Amino acid sequence: MSKNRAFINFLFRISGVIAALLFTALVLLIAKANPWEAFSNIFLGAVSTPIKIADSFVAWVPLILATCGLVITFTTGLWNIGIEGQISLGAIMTTWALRLLQDSGLPPVVIILAGFLAGIAGGIVWALLAGMLKFYGGVSEIFAGLGLNFIATALTLWLIFGPWKRAGVASMSGTEPFDMSIWLPTLTGYRLSIWSLILAVVSVLIVYFILKHTVVGLRLKAVGKNYKAAIQMGISPSKYMLLSFVLCGVFAGLTGAVQVLGVYHRLIPSISSGYGFLGLLVAMLVDYQIVWAVPMALLFAALNIGGIQLPIMMKIDSTLSGVMQSSLVLFFMLMDGVRKKILKKEEEQSNE
Amino acid sequence: MNEFLTNMAGVIAAATPVVVAVIGETFSERSGVINLSANGLIVLAAMTGFAAAYLTGIVWIGLLAGFLTGAIAGLLISFSSISLKQSQVAVGFILSLLFRDLAYFLGTPFMVIPGPTVSGWAIPLLKDIPILGPLLFDQNVLVYFSYILIIASYYWIFHTRQGLVLRGVGEQPISAYSRGIDVNRQRYIYTALGSGLIGLAGPMYSLSIKAGWNGTMTGLDGIGWIVLSITIFGGWNPLRGSFGGYLFVFLQWLGLALQSYWTNVPSQVLQVAPFPLMILTLLFVNIGDTEWVTRMLATLPRGVRGAFYKLFRFLRKPPPASLGVPFERE
Repeated sequence: MSKNRAFINFLFRISGVIAALLFTALVLLIAKANPWEAFSNIFLGAVSTPIKIADSFVAWVPLILATCGLVITFTTGLWNIGIEGQISLGAIMTTWALRLLQDSGLPPVVIILAGFLAGIAGGIVWALLAGMLKFYGGVSEIFAGLGLNFIATALTLWLIFGPWKRAGVASMSGTEPFDMSIWLPTLTGYRLSIWSLILAVVSVLIVYFILKHTVVGLRLKAVGKNYKAAIQMGISPSKYMLLSFVLCGVFAGLTGAVQVLGVYHRLIPSISSGYGFLGLLVAMLVDYQIVWAVPMALLFAALNIGGIQLPIMMKIDSTLSGVMQSSLVLFFMLMDGVRKKILKKEEEQSNE
Repeated sequence: MNEFLTNMAGVIAAATPVVVAVIGETFSERSGVINLSANGLIVLAAMTGFAAAYLTGIVWIGLLAGFLTGAIAGLLISFSSISLKQSQVAVGFILSLLFRDLAYFLGTPFMVIPGPTVSGWAIPLLKDIPILGPLLFDQNVLVYFSYILIIASYYWIFHTRQGLVLRGVGEQPISAYSRGIDVNRQRYIYTALGSGLIGLAGPMYSLSIKAGWNGTMTGLDGIGWIVLSITIFGGWNPLRGSFGGYLFVFLQWLGLALQSYWTNVPSQVLQVAPFPLMILTLLFVNIGDTEWVTRMLATLPRGVRGAFYKLFRFLRKPPPASLGVPFERE
């Protein structure tokens, strides 16, 4: 029976994926593009050469880092839409630390570590701000976060066009790139850094461990699952929700730091690259289970990298990747709803 | 003085889509359903509305297309949250991303081309009233429609039987149900209608205030979030919500006007000024309800306390009690 049920669940998931693909194909047909050609271009764009596969991992690192943080805020039942801003603040602080230390003569390792620490601090500050607005100001974390996202974007632009502008002329291309000695070292010939990969894997393990095997994790879950029961157990929900904001800020800050240290080597206007929102989609798609987020984030990262080929090969916009990603989550949720509805009906019938 | 009047007439015109979308969201939320996709929806409807008007050459078809885009989105949200019991926040957020990406992807053929626009029409006689005439009655039909909508929606919600039913469905669905009202049907209708109005805001931009479709440069990304916060600020009341919409656009205009005086403030900062404003507004509206303020107030002398309570009650209107909660018959 339970085996049967697992199979039914699997069927529903697959049908969600098929529905999303059909929907995307329909969108492509409306745009007068050949769906098959688009899908194969995305696929080849992500896996056809070792460099492209490595690029997918380059995108996977910030995405899974952001998802790590979001799984924690989702555990306490919070919608941390402010993660985009938290990533940006992390990137800003990392850039600030690097600018401060780049000519100090300190060993590159120290400078890079300082960059990471500053990034974490930036992420925490911005996350705490959203948390404080929620608990001491009564502002929903969704709106506080959104507002803070826009403010973070403005701050980034202001720094790029103001105090940190490039010698000569300020432009959307960002601040002056840092010296190669303080980049995260990459594999020769690739953009992928083994260090950022290690960071991502360790982060996944830490989040898994915190949530599964610590008292703190248990309490975070208690707060998210049953607010009132948590209070009766003597757990202060607001304290643990603030803690989950801080923990998420750590990973958001790391995401920003990786974007600066390992990917762009400078501050650019869209430094968060939308990984925060994408991380929200990944987290929803895997039902907030960090283990499943690992392959799913890789799939989403590959879609992003593959999508880059679309304007080049077919003269269609690369936002198609976004359409695929969000429709995948949408149809997954709809199918999940249908499944629950059918199961409920079955139970009612068997009870009678 | 004349220049100021012209500017204020411009503020009223520019606030019109915001006001219409806020009223739409108010209808939807009054029935108990949040349409969190408003941000992406306005962008998508601006595109579909412009495309429809461009292809047919008729602006009204463009406006209708925007409304229908919204209504379909509303039905999708109702279906997922009412019939399938999925989280409104989750589905709304996903849709806000999906709609925006869809708009940018499908809108490519309509980028930066001139299309039809809604033309102005001054109302005879009324336009000759001093001050009010040039301010309110030398606009276009969309603006006049919004005046009627503000008054009609207020009247509908607070002074008709149907409005009573609508409020009941959002506050106490169980007692509404026991009085023989089909709660879910009401929610479907008002979410579709309200989301249609949010959608209508899209072509109000692309066929009038920010005429044309310019992809990511259209500058509509963010407005939907403002609409959602003004709905809260407005306490789910069309009059107060509309006031919030006008106030918001006025402050935006003030920011731009001051830019010429504060030349050392970078333009990026003034462009996002609405967002800290949004946070501050929500802070003022909600802070009276937090634990620490309640505790602090309790220590104050009675007279002072009473004044604060009054102030907070004035600022904060509680949301519909069943907002976001699916209705179960048992």
